[in-house]
Amino acid sequence: MAMPFYVSPDQWMQDKAEYARKGIAKGKSIVALEYADGVLLTAENPSTSLNKISEIYDHIAFAGVGKYSEFENLRKAGIRYADVKGYAYSRQDVTTKSLANAYSEAIGTIFTRDPKPLEVEILLVSVGETPAETEMYHISFDGSITDHRQYAVIGGQAERIRAYLQEHYAPNLPLPAALFLSRRSLLAGYDRPPAEESPLEVGVLERQRPGRKFRRLSAAEIAQALATGAAQG
Amino acid sequence: MLLTGSYGGSSFFELLQQDFPHLLPFRHLQHLPPEAVQLSTAVPFATTILALRFADGVVVAGDRQATEGFEVSSRRIEKVYKADDHAVIAIAGAAGPCLEMVRLFQVEMEHYQKIEGEPLALDGKANKLAQMVKQNLPAAFQGLVVIPILAGYDLRLKQGRIFKYDLTGGRYEEHQFYATGSGGKEARSTLRKFFKPDLSRESAIRLALEALIDAADLDVGTAGPDLTRGIFPLVKLVTKEGVSDVEDAELRALSETILQTLKG
Repeated sequence: MAMPFYVSPDQWMQDKAEYARKGIAKGKSIVALEYADGVLLTAENPSTSLNKISEIYDHIAFAGVGKYSEFENLRKAGIRYADVKGYAYSRQDVTTKSLANAYSEAIGTIFTRDPKPLEVEILLVSVGETPAETEMYHISFDGSITDHRQYAVIGGQAERIRAYLQEHYAPNLPLPAALFLSRRSLLAGYDRPPAEESPLEVGVLERQRPGRKFRRLSAAEIAQALATGAAQG
Repeated sequence: MLLTGSYGGSSFFELLQQDFPHLLPFRHLQHLPPEAVQLSTAVPFATTILALRFADGVVVAGDRQATEGFEVSSRRIEKVYKADDHAVIAIAGAAGPCLEMVRLFQVEMEHYQKIEGEPLALDGKANKLAQMVKQNLPAAFQGLVVIPILAGYDLRLKQGRIFKYDLTGGRYEEHQFYATGSGGKEARSTLRKFFKPDLSRESAIRLALEALIDAADLDVGTAGPDLTRGIFPLVKLVTKEGVSDVEDAELRALSETILQTLKG
């Protein structure tokens, strides 16, 4: 009978974490930013149909980096979870906290049990009636969960972008200024600015919007907002 | 629990069927013995609803009364609901199952749109609703009938469209107007007499109100505009721009004019 080699749990987890980090580092980063009317989510995304940012429920949005098929599955699972809960109870009972915990648990279980961890990081953000009720959760490949205020960043270049935002973030920015800041922070993630800028994918959760708060910005809206933002600051 | 489900498609209805059957609205009704109470006199019933096409889309309207046997069980029930940005669903029949079907249909529309990234085509919505009506067939045999009308604006054909249903989930398109429920026949005869293609918004709303007033005149289950209590039929429009409500003030003014002409 062949004996399996002993690998210490320590080593095993380290290997898995390194594997996941490598996968995620290849992807581009995503920035979520609190602005005057809600939360702005910005990603560099050359594709117009394979989205990284999307709607989960009335006031909750999702963003994922890493392996597309994996965070796409997580996105759909989140929509199913939220819709079933909202149908069984009521729309107010779908809370970001409980969904974030469900994500954390599911991703954490895969990390410890499965041979291959998920190569993803996700952001779950939501708006409430007042700015104080804004929630932003960052859930990592191992299921670890952290909550953030003002801004949150996921992806390979997150460290640098966070450092940039720490220096330049201001609360209550109007949408064009917030989008302009998001793009500059994404560019700060590169060693050298790329020759050609990648198109942006932008979604917003607007506090004042009736019903479903999530809205995707069109390419024309993005271009216009960036031009206004650049002129202002 | 997040990743434990086995369903992988885009339909909320099928998700419930596969992974959460206890949440399905019609399931418990299928196990009632056939000789169970005559449910049709024991639960509230929603009555007359109608839809008609006009120049910019469709008008959908319903009166506000629900009856329970020979009693009025509600004067303010709503029978017309926004299904999504370009479709409205109106319901007649046993109020409980009707309202559950509306809720399920609304979530179905939103769920599909979120998962797939774009909304169902109007034909897709009509077929989906047919499947739900079909699921209700066993309950219909016990008297719990659900008869919806689906009306919407078809962004591809650039026109309003109306779909009616039978108990078995049969789906039929109506090209001008349709009315159903206990006062449906009366409402239809008024619509048949005065309907013209490409009516203006105002004439279409007026015709919808006239049809409901005629239905209320002849059918005990239907209530006309109640000027004293300030209760008016629910009227929604679906156009290219989306779904909009007709305000009570406008309905009051129109109702007063129509009732005035009845005085003779």
